[in-house]
Amino acid sequence: MKRILFTLVSTVAGLVALLSFKTESHPLSSPGALPSAGLSETGATTGTTPSAKTTSPAARSSSAPKAKSSSTAPATSKTYLGASVTTRYGIVQVKVTVRGGKIVNVSFAQLTAFDGRSQQINASAAPQLLQETLTAQSAHIDTVSGATYTSDGYLQSLQSALDAAGVK
Amino acid sequence: MGTVFSIDVRSSGVESAVMDDVVAYSHRIDAIFSTYRPGSDISRLGRGEIRLAACAPEVREVLRRCAELRVETGGYFTAHPSGRLDPSGYVKGWAIETISDLLVSAGSTSHCVNGGGDVQCIGEAAPGRPWRVGVSHPLQPLSYVGVVESAGPLAVATSGTAERGAHIVDPHSGRCPTETASVTVVGSSIGLVDAYATAALAMGRDAEGWLDRQPGVSGIVVGADGSSTWLRAG
Repeated sequence: MKRILFTLVSTVAGLVALLSFKTESHPLSSPGALPSAGLSETGATTGTTPSAKTTSPAARSSSAPKAKSSSTAPATSKTYLGASVTTRYGIVQVKVTVRGGKIVNVSFAQLTAFDGRSQQINASAAPQLLQETLTAQSAHIDTVSGATYTSDGYLQSLQSALDAAGVK
Repeated sequence: MGTVFSIDVRSSGVESAVMDDVVAYSHRIDAIFSTYRPGSDISRLGRGEIRLAACAPEVREVLRRCAELRVETGGYFTAHPSGRLDPSGYVKGWAIETISDLLVSAGSTSHCVNGGGDVQCIGEAAPGRPWRVGVSHPLQPLSYVGVVESAGPLAVATSGTAERGAHIVDPHSGRCPTETASVTVVGSSIGLVDAYATAALAMGRDAEGWLDRQPGVSGIVVGADGSSTWLRAG
């Protein structure tokens, strides 16, 4: 079984595709196993690697496209961690690398998906709407429908990293 | 703004390489339809720089479907929600459905694709066990209004006024409805129920009556006061 999380974020900086997958036996909790995507200044998406297993943030950073800046001053990279945000779906923490005032890399520092737990229930032909009083901790559910629930956590964490970096 | 996609494949034997196709597809859709990209087909079409015939074939498909949905929803769903061309309200659900189709093509018989809280499920969560989709409560953090339980194909879409700061606008009056906190629509196709949820939210008080008349869908309407109304498929 595989669960795959990825993010499509359209911003002024362009599209970021963050992708990872976890297996039942290998929870995605090790930062070294998390993927990231490089960002170019022009907003083009580059170098998205769908395989989470072979990608390290460091390797991705070094392959991020060189900024086509007219400035000749060498810019150093700094990495900022966003707040770790607990969403209904899982824990999300974003890491942002900034060079010369530009975001050059966004990756997950932490991405832990809560697993739906099994429960034996007879399948029924029509969708059953069950009026249950539930909390995130007690519900035996596979997924959640709601207004932008996971991206909330992603954006909160991203925003806090950007705030720390002083990047708008 | 971004959307987080979660793809949960329960079938065994599906190669993870299918994700290459999913990611490539997602990038293509973003490049064509993003209203945040001045160079996308949809932005250029909206500014009148190119004609429909010059756009990617997906643009014609999406706009044709948006036109049908506009009629079905009495004008409450539109590809011009704020006066300018922006079919994003349909594109997300349509993309979720296409990603689900890609997974089926790759041999999956059981999976769930969740794009920013809009869900398409195929098959079963486990042999003999239907999918259980929690419907998040629009006013109470970390709690649910209820659960939708069914084998696939199952589609669940929720639109809320809290979503992206009340971006849902009644296209007839231009105002944001405030009577309803969220509308969840349940059916078999996410492209359809996502558009219906958006339209029903824009209808304000008329949402319940309209949803009740739509064949093949059920739903949950949560009022601004936290009361919920359950509309079951007839």
